[in-house]
Amino acid sequence: MENQNNSEIEIPKSEITIPTMAQMAAEDKQPEILFWVGCAGSFDERAQKITRDICKILHHVGISYAVLGTEESCTGDPAKRAGNEFLFQMQAMTNIEVLNGYDIKKIVTGCPHCFNTIKNEYPGLGGNYEVIHHSQLIQQLIDEGKLKADGGESFKGKRITYHDPCYLGRGNNVYEAPRKALEVLDIELVEMKRCKSNGLCCGAGGAQMFKEPEKGNKDINMERIDEVIAINAQVVAAACPFCMTMLSDGVKNHEKDQEIKVLDIAEITARANGL
Amino acid sequence: MISQILFSIILIAAIYLFSKNAGKIRRNILLGRDVNRSDRRAERWRVMAKVALGQTKMVKRPVAAIMHFFIYVGFIIINLEVLEIMIDGIFGSHRIFSKPLGSLYGLLIGSFEVLAILVLVACVVFLARRNIVRLKRFSGTEMTEWPKSDANYILIIEICLMTAFLTMNAADYKLQALHFGHYIKAGSFPVSSLIAPSLSANPYSLEITERVCWWFHIIGILAFLNYLPYSKHFHILLAFPNTWYSNLEPKGEFSNMASVTNEVKAMLDPSFVPENNGEPASFGAKDVTDLTWKNLMEAYTCTECGRCTSVCPANITGKLLSPRKIMMDTRDRITEVGNNIDKHGKDHQDGKTLLDDYITREELWACTTCNACVDACPVNINPLEIITEMRRYVVMEESQALASLNNMFGNVENNGAPWKYSNADRFNWAEKLGSGQ
Repeated sequence: MENQNNSEIEIPKSEITIPTMAQMAAEDKQPEILFWVGCAGSFDERAQKITRDICKILHHVGISYAVLGTEESCTGDPAKRAGNEFLFQMQAMTNIEVLNGYDIKKIVTGCPHCFNTIKNEYPGLGGNYEVIHHSQLIQQLIDEGKLKADGGESFKGKRITYHDPCYLGRGNNVYEAPRKALEVLDIELVEMKRCKSNGLCCGAGGAQMFKEPEKGNKDINMERIDEVIAINAQVVAAACPFCMTMLSDGVKNHEKDQEIKVLDIAEITARANGL
Repeated sequence: MISQILFSIILIAAIYLFSKNAGKIRRNILLGRDVNRSDRRAERWRVMAKVALGQTKMVKRPVAAIMHFFIYVGFIIINLEVLEIMIDGIFGSHRIFSKPLGSLYGLLIGSFEVLAILVLVACVVFLARRNIVRLKRFSGTEMTEWPKSDANYILIIEICLMTAFLTMNAADYKLQALHFGHYIKAGSFPVSSLIAPSLSANPYSLEITERVCWWFHIIGILAFLNYLPYSKHFHILLAFPNTWYSNLEPKGEFSNMASVTNEVKAMLDPSFVPENNGEPASFGAKDVTDLTWKNLMEAYTCTECGRCTSVCPANITGKLLSPRKIMMDTRDRITEVGNNIDKHGKDHQDGKTLLDDYITREELWACTTCNACVDACPVNINPLEIITEMRRYVVMEESQALASLNNMFGNVENNGAPWKYSNADRFNWAEKLGSGQ
């Protein structure tokens, strides 16, 4: 989970200030979109990088956005999948109160689990928002011509494969947006044997992230990385902080961290644009 | 005349017995909790047409899809022939459709024959896949003696029925050529004419062959009909309603439990008065009757093809969980509950439950909720819903969640994150961007 890429130096060049909803409200301003960071994006060191890259992208294209900062709380997804509906609804209703209090209309999330929960499960509890995942935002920005792949690292010709997060793909039928974000980079997009609706889970979903796996003969992430190795991909693109952890661990356990990089769609986009 | 009476008695008995057993399954399904799956009707018809009628989800595995398509089309179209056989049986006529349909009749019989041979070939291939090639998908802990035999019985019965049908036609074809008795020239026999030379040339023994095959075929079909309620093959009927009542929401969406909403609202706002305070709510599923009728219908719809289990990440990596087993256990348990009602009356308790007596906790906790099983099912069965309901019972009614998950719950409750980080540090990630906050 730690820095697997020490060559990347945190930029001092652009001093980006992340606006919070509290500040915005104090100044009587309303952002166009709320960036829902998520717990992994807030606390997990590796995922924090992705969070910052999403901010850089938002900043770069000049969208007015804000985050909730310390007012954000777990969506309740892991509790719900593990069977604790009480805790889920407590979290959901508290979050909805905060979101509705700020009159939020549109949300972009950095995590497919937050995306799925807020988009599908909050409306029934009084939280109605337009919710998109950051890969969809990136695709929209590319389509609108606001985001180009220039000024940064070239991914041209690189063999990149995309790992579908369950809650983005099968859960919500988002298969194309992340792929379009990659295709624009002139890369060689290679698909694993199990992809799209047939994609194999990284092993973290359903609260597995927070427990030891049951007895078996293999870890799910190792099974997945076997597929990455089989197609000789240089980069596995992820779109979920939990997949990121599982895939990175899998690559490390296969001792392939020199040959295979695991990068989020947002990181790839930020790098390609020199952000 | 005697044969007409005999036929009518057999037909009525077969239909009566089938209705009785199908009625029991219907009763068992309705032991489940209520759930509304009758909204958005236009969309439901579309899903049924696409998934059940059009078999669109079968194509992910092309070989099985083509073979299955032969049997499926054969089953539906050959039923037209069965209709004629029944009318002939009741009224003592012979090939009654031949006159009114004229030349179309020849085309129909010809196409039935082609389908019959395709069904036969497909069944032989399927038998080989199960018993000679031994595809991994058809084995597993839940594929015990009975499920394996059940599959083989179905295929063997279908092979016998098709063989009888073709032999009957071959004898008929020969008798027609001999202008024997009432065997008027009717129909065309592209397949059976090929096997006709192997039959006797004696018209009397041909007539016996024709009659024996006729009776074997129709009694076989009626017997097969009555085998369905005891078999995984019941899917040929339930696939249609089961897809009609599909979940139309995104797969990632899990239901919000209304009973919990009331309690949480009351907790957050003491002045909140719940709308209906009827029976005290119990949370999740311990036994099959805690599941919805749709879950139970799905259990009876499952034909144990194992596509779900073959894509399950937990099962692939050697864990105990198998989505197919979840469905089979649910079906076996609800059938047991139904049988108990028949034997001992409505309120009988046998002290058994779906949880622990059928499905272990280890299986439940191995699920990653990835929806691969749900996506893979050719008839839109959802094993994940049952797993989730049972997790809900274990966590909320029993407070028996795994210790690691209880830790996670505690963290979410106290710090608003599944890990042990202070909420005050939630925005620290921004510091490295030079945020002023």
